[in-house]
Amino acid sequence: MSDLVMPAEHAEDHHPHHPFLQHHFEDLAQQHEASILGMWMFLATEILFFGGVLAAYTIYRVMYPAGWAAGAHHQNIPVGTANTAVLLGSSLTMALAVYYAQLGRRIKTVVMLILTLILGTVFLGVKAYEYHAHYTEGLLPGVHFTYTGPHAPQVQLFMTFYFGMTGLHALHMIIGAGLLIWLTLRAWKGHFGPEYYGPVEVMGLYWHFVDIVWIFLFPLLYLIHQPGGH
Amino acid sequence: MTEHRQGHAPDTHTKMGFGMYLLIFGALLGLTLLTVLASQVDLGVWNTPIAMAIASLKAVLVVLFFMHVIHSSRLTWAVIIASVFWLGLLFILTFADYLTRPWLIY
Repeated sequence: MSDLVMPAEHAEDHHPHHPFLQHHFEDLAQQHEASILGMWMFLATEILFFGGVLAAYTIYRVMYPAGWAAGAHHQNIPVGTANTAVLLGSSLTMALAVYYAQLGRRIKTVVMLILTLILGTVFLGVKAYEYHAHYTEGLLPGVHFTYTGPHAPQVQLFMTFYFGMTGLHALHMIIGAGLLIWLTLRAWKGHFGPEYYGPVEVMGLYWHFVDIVWIFLFPLLYLIHQPGGH
Repeated sequence: MTEHRQGHAPDTHTKMGFGMYLLIFGALLGLTLLTVLASQVDLGVWNTPIAMAIASLKAVLVVLFFMHVIHSSRLTWAVIIASVFWLGLLFILTFADYLTRPWLIY
């Protein structure tokens, strides 16, 4: 039976079967298009997920503008700005990893993925440094909250949003870092090239999305202007 | 680079050059500095809208160029536009309630 079926299949298939083409797709182009669309579907849920948090943040910020300004006053703007640059840099190296994967440059793809991982880790390290500074200042909400300045209850609410939003963002980065390690190993094995680079591109979509979340968090949590300078 | 594979390979590869990525990165860094500087100046009620406008511009640059949406299919565009529209619904309907409550005089 199989002797009869096999030649018929081969007659239709002019190209050798790509090892990473899943059987339910017609060809690699369709598989690629489906994975990009699927990732954007997931990102749509993420946009609304972070959108809900942003809406809650906005409601309380309008309610307690002085508390928000006092809370943001405790943020280290130079450190936050530098960390924003680090994260934007990691997005650049991620974009270049996709670029080199498209060109089939294996070593350059691996190097760019590792650079992305390093810059992402630096960002998380700086975030940990900032968290520790808030903790020693008594700004961690809960039993360790010892801040007694003006608008203390509202500052505690601001810091709850701060830790919640940056914590969710950091969690996304930790997941992204894990995925980067897996992707780097695949790139090292030479899985990607001009015909097949979907996983690198999809990883890029995730990483850039997390970058965009930070692009909004940075001005909302660090750069609240205080009338009169405080 | 532009070899034709009769639809058997993704047709999106390397539509953007190396220099373009560096240019976008430079623009993102410049806009980051701009938003920090703008927050140091007292612009009254305009501080927050300007910060959000700069952040939105940065997000659009990342989406169009780093995420290659400028070369993506119309179906992908539809998903992105729909998600932004839904985000708008979330914000507008929520704020239409909470942010107008102080207007009431009991």
